Amino acid sequence: MLDPILLARAQFGLNIAFHILFPTITISLAWVLVYLRLREARTGAAWVGEAYALWVKIFALSFALGVVSGITMSFQFGTNWPGFMDRAGNIAGPLLGYEVLTAFFLEAAFLGIMLFGRDRVPGWVHTLSTVLVAVGTTASAFWILALNSWMQTPQGHAMIDGRLYAEDWWAIIFNPSFPYRLAHMMLASGLTTAFLVAGISAFQLLRDRGYEPARRMFRVGVAAGAVLAPLQILAGDLHGLNTLEHQPAKIAAMEGVWHTERGAPLLLFAVPNEAERRNDYAIAIPKGASLVLTHDPDGEVRGLNEFLGVHPPVAPVFFAFRVMVGIGMLMLALAWLGVWELWRRGEAPRRMLHAFAGMAFSGWIATLAGWMVTEIGRQPYLVYGLITTAETASSVPGPHIALTLTAYAIVYVALMISYMVVITQLARKMAGHGSVPPALGQFGATNAPGVAS
Amino acid sequence: MTLDLPFVFMVLMGLAILAYVILDGFDLGVGILLPLAARPDQDMMVASIGPFWDANETWLVLGVGILLVAFPIAHGIILSSLYLPVALMLIALILRGVAFEFRMKATGWHQVLWNRLFFVGSLGAAIAQGIMLAGVVTGFASGPGYALFGLLVGLGLAGAYALLGATWLVIKTEGDLHGRALRWSKAAVVFAAAGVALISLTTPLVNAGVMAKWFTWPRIAWLAPLPIATAAALAGIWIAAARLQAGRSRREWVPFVLSVWVFVFAFAGLAYSLYPYLVLDRVTIWQAAAAEGSLRFVLVGTAIVLPMVIGYTVFSYRVFWGKARELTYGE
Repeated sequence: MLDPILLARAQFGLNIAFHILFPTITISLAWVLVYLRLREARTGAAWVGEAYALWVKIFALSFALGVVSGITMSFQFGTNWPGFMDRAGNIAGPLLGYEVLTAFFLEAAFLGIMLFGRDRVPGWVHTLSTVLVAVGTTASAFWILALNSWMQTPQGHAMIDGRLYAEDWWAIIFNPSFPYRLAHMMLASGLTTAFLVAGISAFQLLRDRGYEPARRMFRVGVAAGAVLAPLQILAGDLHGLNTLEHQPAKIAAMEGVWHTERGAPLLLFAVPNEAERRNDYAIAIPKGASLVLTHDPDGEVRGLNEFLGVHPPVAPVFFAFRVMVGIGMLMLALAWLGVWELWRRGEAPRRMLHAFAGMAFSGWIATLAGWMVTEIGRQPYLVYGLITTAETASSVPGPHIALTLTAYAIVYVALMISYMVVITQLARKMAGHGSVPPALGQFGATNAPGVAS
Repeated sequence: MTLDLPFVFMVLMGLAILAYVILDGFDLGVGILLPLAARPDQDMMVASIGPFWDANETWLVLGVGILLVAFPIAHGIILSSLYLPVALMLIALILRGVAFEFRMKATGWHQVLWNRLFFVGSLGAAIAQGIMLAGVVTGFASGPGYALFGLLVGLGLAGAYALLGATWLVIKTEGDLHGRALRWSKAAVVFAAAGVALISLTTPLVNAGVMAKWFTWPRIAWLAPLPIATAAALAGIWIAAARLQAGRSRREWVPFVLSVWVFVFAFAGLAYSLYPYLVLDRVTIWQAAAAEGSLRFVLVGTAIVLPMVIGYTVFSYRVFWGKARELTYGE
């Protein structure tokens, strides 16, 4: 009943899924804060300071959640997958080590100054600290995605007695899927933050149409979304073609192609039937998949029949892929409509504000779905083609994992709810006040429970 | 010149763990002391560690990171053996870290709840780390006696962290809270002393190899200064706190610095007991080491980056030098 491998995967998956939500926000929100700092230095406009005051708090909260779940992950590599470190540690270890050295310390050390040091250092030092935090979050993404990409498309190594040894670090870091994955994830972060900024600002505007910081930030979010969404679709397409070249089984699962065929249809919806190895209730565009993947309507798409026993479970990959693409398209449509309305009328109608507020956290869902596609799509391997997940599992007894899994799940669900409640409350209070009471400028942040600051 | 890379990395890992224990030790300690203070003082206590806790916990990631990078084989064994205490520590650290942020933003009973979680998380993390330490020095033996030993070490470590926290507050606070911090320092030093004594005496008793390393002539003569210095530092903390209380001294940093020395001495003693093992009597640093090419690749980066890390960590502490003030995001 309690299959330790499945439990270990569930636990690691839960933790990594919870973790990725917060870096996805902080990576680009850090740059939004840099933008606000520079803008404030140049123009000194009042709305910039108020917008910064809200978003720096959201940043601090997101960062804390990212840090604590990140620490958990650094341990779970060892507790859940000791075999991974034993066999691939020569390669995974240094990449993680560089992440800690070049990214974690940079962001953590300057975060203190960025958050709490504004009245203790000159303005330029504070701006520089903000930039360094942003550089740190981005560098962190660079290293972790280098490792993840290497696990997807390994190269530059040698296998000796079952252990992997590094032969060419350049080849390991800049492995074939890395540039695509890095671009795709950075854009995902940008889009997630764009929609969070637009969504929370829309939420504030619904309460107070004239609230200047929200009006401005709404424009920033919508404009960023409108620029990033098409870029993301392009990057996603290129990433897909790269995956087709290196991990054809993953593509076959994403597209639900059970048998190699020419002129494969693009499935808009279907229910993959793993037992009979076919799709039920399919709604398809004829020859669509061949067109997208090979850019030729009669191109050949390799099916899952060529990867019997070494292809991922189809249904989760198939559905997650559709969720991701669906949200991406929705983002594109809404962002462009938003730009159109802002350009035509100078402000968004109420219905559109509701739509943006509803989509505030949509980037999270798309990002999680995307990671499920790529991570489940790599199964049954941990390092593609080299080490299977089952080989690396821990000997920790199932009940121990089940116990801690339950504890993590409770904590994470509670934190997720708290997080969403607290940031919407912060946004509401800011908009409700109209402006920050002057008393809060110096004191009262921690001892004035009635005022969120 | 050939470099004994596993040895170099063992030293680096030791320094990272020592840095973690001292740095996160004082902020965990402040969390442990939190329920002893009244509300406005609690805010000031948290403010005294606010700008630092993130960076302090990063040393833990570096410590476990080096274990993972340099000694991947031991990483798996150690973390699998310590599965439950590690999970306990992680959940405690999660609660504590987020409680820090949430308590600043929440209101009403939410704020009370996050305050409690901040304390529970700090204490839980300290106890879990003590249990892990007990596991390391007993070679991960299991049984009711060892479980009790683990719990006692956990309480001892919590006391030692409280000592760091209290002496930190002596430096960072003023007025009434400063007076309380001095009283806490004197109480915590007793717990810390008990913890150090417990682990120092038990480790040789459960392991013959460790016994031989310490209690054979002439080694015992060479090593005697270590426990004597530890005892002197512990006594010094009590005396310094008493002098500050009586107004006969103004050097507020003395108790904290002496507390740091207690940790350094205790750590040196433990390191001596364990060396060259990572898993006592089973896996040495050389057996557990990663491939030489990988170690070399990391060492180059470490040699370049670590001095920078230390540099800007010092810079960050200097920015927040002096007595703590209320935390604001500076809007």
